[in-house]
Amino acid sequence: MSTKKKIRSTWLLWPALFMLVAFFLIPTLDILRASVYDPEFTTKHFTKLFSSNVYLDVLWRTIRLSCIVALICAVIAYPISYFIVQRPRKQQIFFLFLVFIPLWMSVLIRSYAWMVVLGREGLINAILIGLGFTDAPVKMLFTTGAVYVAMVQILLPIQIVTCYSAMTEIDLDLMRAARILGAKPWQAIRRVFLPLSLDGTVTGAIIVFMLSMGFFITPALVGGRKDIMMANLIEFQVNQLNWGFAAAISIVLLIGTVLCVIIIKRLSKILTGRLVGGGNA
Amino acid sequence: MIERDVEFGASVTFDGVSKTYGAVKALSDFNLSIQPGEFVTLLGPSGSGKTTALNVLAGFVEETKGDVRVNKKSILGLPPERRNIGMVFQNYSLFPHMNVFENVAFPLRLRKMAQAEIKKKVGESLAMVQLAEFGDRMPNELSGGQRQRVAFARAIVFEPSVLLMDEPLGALDLKLREAMQLEIKRYHKQLGCTILFVTHDQGEALALSDRIAVMGEGQIVQIDTPDRIYDEPNSKYVADFIGTTNLLDFERLSPSLVRFSDIGVDFQLTENKENWGQGRNSISLRPEKLHRDISSNDQMITFDVTIEEYLFLGNIIQYSVRTKSGKTLLFQEHRGPSVPILNRGEALKLAFSITDARPLEETTHGIGRA
Repeated sequence: MSTKKKIRSTWLLWPALFMLVAFFLIPTLDILRASVYDPEFTTKHFTKLFSSNVYLDVLWRTIRLSCIVALICAVIAYPISYFIVQRPRKQQIFFLFLVFIPLWMSVLIRSYAWMVVLGREGLINAILIGLGFTDAPVKMLFTTGAVYVAMVQILLPIQIVTCYSAMTEIDLDLMRAARILGAKPWQAIRRVFLPLSLDGTVTGAIIVFMLSMGFFITPALVGGRKDIMMANLIEFQVNQLNWGFAAAISIVLLIGTVLCVIIIKRLSKILTGRLVGGGNA
Repeated sequence: MIERDVEFGASVTFDGVSKTYGAVKALSDFNLSIQPGEFVTLLGPSGSGKTTALNVLAGFVEETKGDVRVNKKSILGLPPERRNIGMVFQNYSLFPHMNVFENVAFPLRLRKMAQAEIKKKVGESLAMVQLAEFGDRMPNELSGGQRQRVAFARAIVFEPSVLLMDEPLGALDLKLREAMQLEIKRYHKQLGCTILFVTHDQGEALALSDRIAVMGEGQIVQIDTPDRIYDEPNSKYVADFIGTTNLLDFERLSPSLVRFSDIGVDFQLTENKENWGQGRNSISLRPEKLHRDISSNDQMITFDVTIEEYLFLGNIIQYSVRTKSGKTLLFQEHRGPSVPILNRGEALKLAFSITDARPLEETTHGIGRA
């Protein structure tokens, strides 16, 4: 009877497993194959990739930009999540609703919207000129800064929701306990709330980081010529029908992402250890 | 054991404290004065204001009106961390990311105590709750009772002037709860600290307290020692809340003649007639104060009942009986060789002494009463 039960419960996983294998594992392996068979076994795509500074620069830029976007998102989302989690239940739902609204629109539309806001004749320049702060429009669109602003805005809700749901797991009585035991408000946050919420924050940051690594519409629309990311390279190579090289870039992007995630996890573990064992504060 | 600070057993005074949330009065003109080293329990149903009173003392809730003093000094406006008050929370509130030692050391570290002294004090506290060997454990590796004891050790390790306990046994099962009651009594004796305990469990309150303050609608309805609260409830509300009781309505036909219509008896009062006036129109009669009609004298009231049902409670049998007028009463007696169990449907005479009947004030504190 127990085996029957077991079979029935694993059965629930089958659709997901099927999807994973059919639409993720097999295509990924196929890309891996495409990167080293063209049509015979070859390492020429990887040799090309690693022999030119251009591609490595783009890889490095992609990683750096994704890290910074994840960090900015984490820093902005943390106080917002903390604020929401402290509201009464009904208000929490309302604030989360506000956070979710931007997700109703596609990334493409939101990127175009930033073009409208940041452009030469855009909203911000119109205001700046109207108020007399500047005579000529400030160049904001097609800069690296624009990429950061747009990507942070697009990814922030994801970070807030992850961070918030981790924070709801924390018993707020712990903060009261810390206070009555002698902790000032900031000490209670630093020694109790922060260590307990760090895991959720890091999880959110990792999700944002991984999504950033694959971003290409936003940098293409609001970034300058040098704000090319790995995904833009892949798209370009696919358009040129260089399937093998595109596959090689994809594999490098995948491995780079995985490595970075491992490093971020390690760092956060060390940081949590520091916060907990912090000695006298 | 732990060396006692002079301040460890402090006096606490609530002086006309009110707390309103919009139109809701959580506390209204709440007065309570606790002696140094006294164990006082705030007892009441949820919404009676007991937790609000505790939170006002802890500094988590700001009072709308009134003053709170510890050792005759006002603590108004002091943040919680500067009140030097210990607190045990209902759900323990141990820090899940710290081991037992670090949990107990937490208040000492914040007080910038030297490492050697921290070790000594934490060791003493953990020894007191019999968890000396558990310093390295994480909270999730402990049982409910052990967590409760760690929470207690953490609350007293810095020698607070008052110890607050907010339904600390609520999450434990019955057996463990009874064991922990004895533990808490022992700690209190050993430490001599002032304890303000909050519970909705009257059994717990009766077992632990020096004095019980029964709360209703943000005020104390009655405050007294457990035995007097039990024997001499001043109102319907208290009689009903503490223990089980029978409430019988009465009518005063003349200054000395009362009529109990529920049991069909008119009774001629000979003494304490003044207790039966002033808006009182019911009595509390504990189930154990009812007897089978053995002998009668002029202070006994006798009436007919039929047995409806009985509950076997071990050494005690509790019967529910029906009077001629249809009112259901509870009646308890100890089992014994000469006391045969009565059967359903059996008719008999019950009696009680008028001195065991307690005329009650009608109060408006109706919360929590079915």
